[in-house]
Amino acid sequence: MDYLESPMRRWVTLYIPLLCFLVILLFPFYWMAMTSFKPNEELVSRAANPFWIVQPTLAHFERLLFTTAYPQWMWNTILVSVVATFTSLAASVFAAYAIERLRFRGSKQTGLAIFLAYLVPPSILFIPLAAIVFKLGLFDTRWALILTYPTFLIPFCTWLLMGYFRSIPYELEECALIDGATRWQILVKIILPLAVPGLISAGIFAFTLSWNEFIYALTFVSSSENKTVPVGVITELVEGDVYHWGALMAGALLGSLPVAVLYSFFVEYYVSGMTGAVKE
Amino acid sequence: MRFFDNRNTLGRVFMLPAGVLLLLFLTYPLGLGTWLGFTDAKIGRAGEWVGLDNFQFLFGDSVARLSLFNTLFYTVVASIGKFALGLWLALLLNRHIPFKSFVRAVVLLPFIVPTALSAIAFWWLYDTQFSVLSWALTRMGLIDQYIDFLGDPWAARFATIAANIWRGVPFVAITLLAGLQTISPSLYEAASLDGASEWQKFWYVTLPMLTPIIAVVMTFSVLFTFTDFQLIYVLTRGGPLNATHLMATLSFQRAIPGGALGEGAALATAMVPFLLAAILFSYFGLQRRAWQQGGNDK
Repeated sequence: MDYLESPMRRWVTLYIPLLCFLVILLFPFYWMAMTSFKPNEELVSRAANPFWIVQPTLAHFERLLFTTAYPQWMWNTILVSVVATFTSLAASVFAAYAIERLRFRGSKQTGLAIFLAYLVPPSILFIPLAAIVFKLGLFDTRWALILTYPTFLIPFCTWLLMGYFRSIPYELEECALIDGATRWQILVKIILPLAVPGLISAGIFAFTLSWNEFIYALTFVSSSENKTVPVGVITELVEGDVYHWGALMAGALLGSLPVAVLYSFFVEYYVSGMTGAVKE
Repeated sequence: MRFFDNRNTLGRVFMLPAGVLLLLFLTYPLGLGTWLGFTDAKIGRAGEWVGLDNFQFLFGDSVARLSLFNTLFYTVVASIGKFALGLWLALLLNRHIPFKSFVRAVVLLPFIVPTALSAIAFWWLYDTQFSVLSWALTRMGLIDQYIDFLGDPWAARFATIAANIWRGVPFVAITLLAGLQTISPSLYEAASLDGASEWQKFWYVTLPMLTPIIAVVMTFSVLFTFTDFQLIYVLTRGGPLNATHLMATLSFQRAIPGGALGEGAALATAMVPFLLAAILFSYFGLQRRAWQQGGNDK
């Protein structure tokens, strides 16, 4: 009954609280950007207005890109996220199709197991996984991350894709079967084209999850040239008690941009992925 | 290719890649972790079975007990905060507002950006000397001296909780918003005709209709908060005086830099009963109300 509301009441109950939410939720990003362009003298000055920059500088970015291994961390993060996402997506398509459509004996239990696997948090897995990674001789390699990220990506993607496959009418498959298509042809020519939105949702979500991953990357990788952005920024840019706030914020800003840009192109897919996984 | 015509055979073949990866890197480590908890394994040395020694030691260890308290406190306060603020934000976003889709997209940003990186921004916001929060509060005349956000035990607990809530609210809000949008407007019209006030509509229509999705969202939220690691690791590393050590961060500290794999694994294993309790509570305590979805039982 919005039209019955007085403008005054609408401001107090809607716009002002909403504005407060937006300001608080976005302030850390504003602060990140502000700090990364601010010269050091202004950063430590208590007299200056901290909310504005008098003389913007690119010095922090220059330091970050040319004197640290940041570009290498960026490349590692991209490589690991892309490979882990595509591997998981491929494995999940087959798994979801098998569980949802082939209905092999035990598929119900497998579906439940996949859901339970989704609930296993990385912070109780990282110690034994470190032991396994070490035994396999993968310690301190990018392979350690590429192979362990699917443990949280596959359950998520499979669960999401199962929901999507369920929404595709079974009759389409029956028609194809009658026309003599094999299961493989059905999957590639009928199911996958119809499930493209689901694939994009799962892919975007999986990519951001791998980009954000921290504890495995912190535990399984120790040398600077194999680190990912979140871990590299935390472990290498802090030297003793001297915090290079400008460079740290520049690193955080650059590391957040790729996921933020990707997200801005696929907001709807991302949201449907997130809510879809919860709603099932 | 007759072989693949059998749906059981084909099903298993299709399950193979996902199955192998999950068995090797999820199921096996889960078992291995539990086993390690009962051994005295160190880095570079396979452990021997020591029974409940690790758990007994941890039970007598004041830091471990403190970490349990911290974890419970952190989870309870942060979850309540996320739920209350998330629900409020969802209700606001569900109304007619200008730039609706833009606002909704922007709201989710804290959830998208890597937690470790946004935590650095919070670290800078909480700095003892140059905190802009302290600066603003001093200018407004609310405080005399700068707040030691991460140096004082209780201040640090609430500072980390605030950062956690900041990150978690968008997730709760956007998923609850998806739930709100499925509630039929006719229910509100019926309530209006019966003379229900705004508050009554919320309490007797919105909340009951939303309960199933609240149960799921909060289960996820509690699970992720309870096992949180990155935020604490970046902001305080468990300090000051272990006041913000969560079980996850303590288990990392004991196992990886400390080298005591067995002890760390025991700490991680000790989290499992709590997680199971949270899942079962939400499943049986809240999900039972599925009839409120108009008899739509599962």
